[in-house]
Amino acid sequence: MTQELLAAALRALSLGAPLLIAAVGAIANERAGVVNLGIEGMMALGALAAFSVAVEGHSPALAVAAALGAGMLAALLHAVVSLTVGANSYVSGLALAMLGSGVAGILGRRYEGFPLLDPVAEEPFLVAAGALAVGLWVFLRFTRPGLVLRSVGESPAAADALGVHVTAVRYGAVAFGGALAGLAGAFLSLSYRPAWTDGMTGGMGWIAVALVIFVGWHPLRAVAGSTFFGLLYYLQFRLQDQGRIPVEAFGAMPYLLVVLALALSGLRKARGSAPAALGIPYRRGER
Amino acid sequence: MLELKGITKRFPGVVANDRVDLTLRASEVHALLGENGAGKTTLMSILYGLQRPDEGEIHLDGRPVRIHSPREALRLGLSLVPQHPLLVERHTVAENLILGQRGSFFLPRRPHQQPLPVDPDARVEDLSAGQKQQVEIARALLRGARVLILDEPTSVLAPPEVDQLFAHLAAIKARGVAIVFISHKLDEVLALSDRITVLRGGKKVGERERRDATRDDLVRLMVGRDLLPPTAVSPPGPGVRLDVQGLEVDADNGRRAVRGASFTLAPGEVLGIAGVAGSGQRELAEALAGLRPFRGRALLDGESIAGCSPAALFARGLAHVPEDRATGAVPALNVAEALALRTYRSTGPRLDLSRMTSEAERLIREFRIAAPGPETPVRLLSGGNVQRTILARELSGSLRALIAVHPTYGVDVGATEQIHRLLVERAAQGVSVVLVTENIDELYALSHRVAVLFEGTLRGPWPSAEVNVERLGRLMTGKDAA
Amino acid sequence: MSGDLRRLAPLGVYGAAILVAFALVGGVLAGFGASPLECYEAILHASFVDPQGRSEVLRRTIPLLLIGGGLTVAFRAGFLNIGAEGQLLLGAVGAAAVALFLPATPASLPAMFLAGAIAGALWAFPAAWLRTHLRVHEILTTLMLTPVAEYLVVYLINGPWRGEHVRGFSYTDAFPERLQLPVLEGTLVHWPTLALGAALAAALQVLLTHTPAGYELRVAGSSPKVARYAGIPIHRVVFLAGILSGGAAGLAGAGEVAGIHHRLLEPAQVSLGYGYTAIIVAWLARGRPLAVLLTAPLLGAILAGGDTLKTGFNMPFRIIDVFSGTLLLCLITAEALWARRERRGP
Repeated sequence: MTQELLAAALRALSLGAPLLIAAVGAIANERAGVVNLGIEGMMALGALAAFSVAVEGHSPALAVAAALGAGMLAALLHAVVSLTVGANSYVSGLALAMLGSGVAGILGRRYEGFPLLDPVAEEPFLVAAGALAVGLWVFLRFTRPGLVLRSVGESPAAADALGVHVTAVRYGAVAFGGALAGLAGAFLSLSYRPAWTDGMTGGMGWIAVALVIFVGWHPLRAVAGSTFFGLLYYLQFRLQDQGRIPVEAFGAMPYLLVVLALALSGLRKARGSAPAALGIPYRRGER
Repeated sequence: MLELKGITKRFPGVVANDRVDLTLRASEVHALLGENGAGKTTLMSILYGLQRPDEGEIHLDGRPVRIHSPREALRLGLSLVPQHPLLVERHTVAENLILGQRGSFFLPRRPHQQPLPVDPDARVEDLSAGQKQQVEIARALLRGARVLILDEPTSVLAPPEVDQLFAHLAAIKARGVAIVFISHKLDEVLALSDRITVLRGGKKVGERERRDATRDDLVRLMVGRDLLPPTAVSPPGPGVRLDVQGLEVDADNGRRAVRGASFTLAPGEVLGIAGVAGSGQRELAEALAGLRPFRGRALLDGESIAGCSPAALFARGLAHVPEDRATGAVPALNVAEALALRTYRSTGPRLDLSRMTSEAERLIREFRIAAPGPETPVRLLSGGNVQRTILARELSGSLRALIAVHPTYGVDVGATEQIHRLLVERAAQGVSVVLVTENIDELYALSHRVAVLFEGTLRGPWPSAEVNVERLGRLMTGKDAA
Repeated sequence: MSGDLRRLAPLGVYGAAILVAFALVGGVLAGFGASPLECYEAILHASFVDPQGRSEVLRRTIPLLLIGGGLTVAFRAGFLNIGAEGQLLLGAVGAAAVALFLPATPASLPAMFLAGAIAGALWAFPAAWLRTHLRVHEILTTLMLTPVAEYLVVYLINGPWRGEHVRGFSYTDAFPERLQLPVLEGTLVHWPTLALGAALAAALQVLLTHTPAGYELRVAGSSPKVARYAGIPIHRVVFLAGILSGGAAGLAGAGEVAGIHHRLLEPAQVSLGYGYTAIIVAWLARGRPLAVLLTAPLLGAILAGGDTLKTGFNMPFRIIDVFSGTLLLCLITAEALWARRERRGP
């Protein structure tokens, strides 16, 4: 029995790992005040980049690097459009989600149906996920650059008046978030399901965005939150075969729970704990 | 130590600084005195790198410097303590102090050596305004500031905190720091400064050593004339139009912003309410305009206005010119639509567009709104014309009472004159006006009676002839017992 | 710049943005190994020259018209409804319920559309309620309900509503003859729905510009501060705009099953991504419902172009997402740059 529970727990963790990685990245850029809804697209690009490099026979490290780079590049595009050009950051993220998924789907066509002969072990990713969560927590809470990042997200005007380069900090945070989204995608295509399929990210990027709100922008709580959703996914697979509850209900469950989680966050007035300047473009005030 | 020479800065429609010179010396407190809109804040924002001057030079220790950003200003040893604290509210004091400094990767336990008057682990949002200011000053000193710029430092302080601040500044001065502080309050300037520079209308009109300065002298320089202009309004009618008793209003943070305000207004009477920013004016105005709940009694022509929506109040003849132009008109819509904001429901299920347009054309002519036509988007209008639009709308219809908050703030001279004339005309027609303003000139020019809000308490009203500027200043800072 | 030129300039800017988007997508096409010029030529030919192709464009325009009109109003009120896809599916479910389980009467077709509208509005209700009562941003809540709608449809067609004579695929029984919309000869263009879409766009335009409710919506969407100052009930306005856009999407869903499929099918067959593409339709319309009469056919042509590319160039249908995303990016970039220019002053 405990064997089973342990196995279930491990599966839950590995199902939650991509959520956690993507969420940690999103926490970083949202704490700096920038919303990035394009995580789903960046995950897809990362997954494809990693897979395409690995399938050509290169080392897993290079594949992961490719994923990081792909995610970061896409995120930088979002940064340019929303920070420098000043367009609506919510819509910019949405557009990138579409674009990223679309480009990945197109360029990945040639890789469909070829499983990876040498899949990467899941454990390094799980460890990395946990390390990233803890690392971000330490960074935000105990380091000087972390304080700067938090201040930029709470009150960019105050930070600017003290000589902080608000835009540079935000660019950095967005790039980091994108890289992590790419890493989450790499986990999916190199380890979890070592193959490439169009749409393999399956909405995880969106759930990661909601997860950030639900855990109150706290990296350690994101570990618990992502494990919870991982458990849900696991239950979805396990309980599929029993007859009474229609299988579609399980499929729909994560999404319904996201809505519920968001509603609960609203009740808890979690928005009050959002970084004060989240989603608001910063322009040095002129008269 | 620091010299500004010939600083000139122009904005569309107004010259904010006109060839201003200023010299700052170490271990000296230099006051920059002037009315609101005289150009003090602009000058200091140029010094701090938030704005670039159109003409003029800045010299530090004899060398010319260019200050392009706050970062450079900080590097040169200039620190600004703004009027409203610019701190990260949700963070602790210690975190705010560290934010400015360079140092180790990991956060130190204690960012400072000297004891602080404030608990370093307290969250800034829980501090009083005076304490926040002390954090700002402490942070500036930690950065090794040589010049400390204080923008209206006492505007949000209670009297005991003001004394504390002055003592603190004296100590800082003794350490060799040059202190500039911006103010429009004579008493404090006289109490604190070693030298005083007076600005009026963007120009420097005088500089005095403290020992050579007298109160009347400074008033004359600030205001430009010895006597205050005679009130241009015609006497009010009989009866009571607006009756306010024991008004209590809460601010957004739950604290009481207005404590038991009481006054009555006759038809055609103008009541000028003065007060430092944050004394409860906004909450008072919003309560009377139907935007904020209140306790107590408020009657318009005998009927209560409690719980009425702004639209209902307007239908009853109560209009509101808001503090912030962005609240009064939508930039994305056009002038005709802005003018219809109060009357769009009156024509039933269909918006009568042609009537809106012809009304707009009429109001554009009558109020001299400089817009190409009713279809012009509001965002293309200058500040003065947006204000004219708002006034045109609020002053139309069968008006009985008007709440006007800073009606000429940031508006050029021509529009200001026109707005004053409009208010006087309406008052002569029997409209009661509650005028909230920081502009002393405007206050005396338009009001029959004046009152002062200090920390939520309304002092007065008295006939304006009975309250001179000095007394007004004392009332505004709570130093007058009356 | 003279007044007239100034008014036309934004159009030019957006036109330029669209052209830039097409150029960028051309790059992706090249990356896939196809010649962009050939691709675009094929799309143009299919959209304008080939009669069969033209009808395909028109067929796709119909739901885009309906959804786009509703979304334009929602966006103008500041309600970013991203879940129109799910609301469309619920509309299809509602219409199918009436068609399959209620006796067929002359009133049935209108009843189907009514049921579709109500179902779509209901599906938008949670997000609208959460936004106005708990200040939860609607982007996530509307989006998350779309997969739920998809699962619901799959459940119904595989389970309780499964058709009797089904082989292999999943679908319900066919709707009775009387409840199938007429189409243009030889095409799938169910013109009553097209007329409904055009009428709705016009009606919404009139609502926005000629009624007090529309005025309130425009003020509330542009500047909540001013709306509050004037006593406009912002929450009610946003809520109603959200529900309305859901209802319009529901109408589109009803149209699809009543006009083309005559049964409830798998989600991917009921909607070819209309709910998402309509976002671009609405964004391009810049807040004017009547403009969807222009933007819906444009996006309909792009959607049909995706099919052309799929069959002619073996390109995955995902290219549509690339189009949508790029177009949206170029549009908001152009908007922001233009606004920046205006802020700097004339």
